[in-house]
Amino acid sequence: MKTVELSGVCKAFGKKQILHDVDLGIESGEIFGLLGPSGCGKTTTVKIIAGILSPEKGSVKVLGRSMPDLKIMGRMGYMAQAAALYPSLTAYENLSFFGKIYGLKGSELAERIDHAAGIVGLGDELKEAVSAYSGGMMQRLSLAIALLPDPDVLLLDEPTVGIDPVLRAEIWQELRKLADGGSTILITTHVMDEAVKCGRLAMMREGRVTAEGTPEELINRSGKNNIEEAFIYYGSGEHESQSDSGQNNQSAKA
Amino acid sequence: MRVRAIAGRIINQLRHDKRTMALVLAAPLIVLTLVYFVFQTNGQTFTVSVINAPKDMVSEMKSNDDYDITVRHDSKKDAVGAVRNGEAEAAVSADKDCSRVKIYLDGSNASDAKVIRAVIEQSAAAVVRDNAKDAVHDLKKTMAKNPAAPDIDIEMSEPDITAKYIYGSEDGSFLDSYGAPLIGAIIFFFVFLIAGINFLNERKGGTLERILSTPAKRSEIIAGYVLGFGALAVVQTIVLTLFVVYVLGMTMEGSIAAVLLINILTAVAALTLGMLLSTLASSEFQMMQFIPLVILPQIFLCGLFRLSGGWDIAGHFMPLYYTADALTAVMVKGLGYSDIALDAVVLAGCAVLFMALNAGFLKRQRAI
Repeated sequence: MKTVELSGVCKAFGKKQILHDVDLGIESGEIFGLLGPSGCGKTTTVKIIAGILSPEKGSVKVLGRSMPDLKIMGRMGYMAQAAALYPSLTAYENLSFFGKIYGLKGSELAERIDHAAGIVGLGDELKEAVSAYSGGMMQRLSLAIALLPDPDVLLLDEPTVGIDPVLRAEIWQELRKLADGGSTILITTHVMDEAVKCGRLAMMREGRVTAEGTPEELINRSGKNNIEEAFIYYGSGEHESQSDSGQNNQSAKA
Repeated sequence: MRVRAIAGRIINQLRHDKRTMALVLAAPLIVLTLVYFVFQTNGQTFTVSVINAPKDMVSEMKSNDDYDITVRHDSKKDAVGAVRNGEAEAAVSADKDCSRVKIYLDGSNASDAKVIRAVIEQSAAAVVRDNAKDAVHDLKKTMAKNPAAPDIDIEMSEPDITAKYIYGSEDGSFLDSYGAPLIGAIIFFFVFLIAGINFLNERKGGTLERILSTPAKRSEIIAGYVLGFGALAVVQTIVLTLFVVYVLGMTMEGSIAAVLLINILTAVAALTLGMLLSTLASSEFQMMQFIPLVILPQIFLCGLFRLSGGWDIAGHFMPLYYTADALTAVMVKGLGYSDIALDAVVLAGCAVLFMALNAGFLKRQRAI
């Protein structure tokens, strides 16, 4: 059984169609990367999996149940692209609030906060108001909140933007540990050296999944030398005009 | 549990935002103090410059019960000059029997001018009345000396006016009659705005989405808001009520518990309306734009002002009308719970309606 399963998902905002017939399957214990140029529908896909957006068509199942499902949502961690924090509260108060929303309390809550803050390298800064935080610190705090429920499914929308390479390596190490422990991780990213760390990748373009496979498979299939070239190949529509050369090349817009 | 977490978070946010808290708690006190002093007309001092007037009339003016009248004597030219440069509020010239009185008024403050004019006219009328009495008295005496004259019995009777105050008192201040609805309006205004902006930031900042990605129910989110801002309303009500009663000396006839009940219901209606309208706003400034649309008409129509025909009916469609009605009933008239039951039910009904609409809006975002 797949942990996350999307089939035939369509989503529109007003007249603008964002997702066309998206199919995705993510196995348990996998770090799955979602790649694609800005505006291709990555964030919308993640939000639909998180249960905060409902698709017009298609089915979304997480851990075998149709989303949105409150029980399943208690076992998921979600980190949005924007930090989504309360700037007037301290970092600790932010953690404590979301912990309580996840149903944690007492010593368990304190332990979970310590653990999650440790992973992202926040210590004494927890007592400071978030409004005094740098962009990178907010990002780390936001990630810590997503880790609070000890999630079986972790959805991370560009989690490492603004985080320095040393800490990024540590976070990846931690993510791999979580995956080894059976957690399923979906991550969207623009950073290519992160993409190759994913077990499998899906490339998206204009609301469609254009390719899926391990990083090596994608590089080989595209006939390119590295993942960055493969990203450009699948993200620009180049492969479409090649596979169907009779079509006008105009569809190849950046 | 989650409801308490959300309420606690809101209280924490308010606690950290010292400036907003100062605004919520101190600004209404300043406004009410201003209202108290600005509209206080009794015991005011006016200066009247007398060009010439009978002694009786001058002493009549000086002995006015409601206002302190200072009298100075000037030539006509100086008197008019004194009014012109603000040294005196009025100048007066009357002939010996007060049959002709000429008043020069500084009309730049219309209500002051009205008051002084009334004082002077009353004084003149009193002199005329006394003179008439004396004249009748003299006439009677003359006739008594001359029995040949027919016996004419002239009886002058003064009208006997007694005023009885059912609510308030003769020396009641502006605040006694307007304070109660004002407190309701202040609570509605602040809770509407702060809750609306808080919820707007929650939507814009992505934290609402984040909460919706957790097992929190929509009803728990709304209930958390009600609890958190309800606590704010309780604190504000207690501070405001104690201030107007003990510092400004406003009469407080009924029970403070009834006042709290009404103000909490008002706050819940205001905060749920604020949350609802915040979905139509895309910035804090756009939230402010609801003040002339939502707040001001309610203040005009809630019963704070005497309305011309038909408009009082429009007031019945405003939540604040029921707040003002109930607070006046409790604070000024000293009525009990049974007399404010209808108001409380209407306010609670508004709150429930707004909550349901909010839940509907949240449902558009997440299906469960």
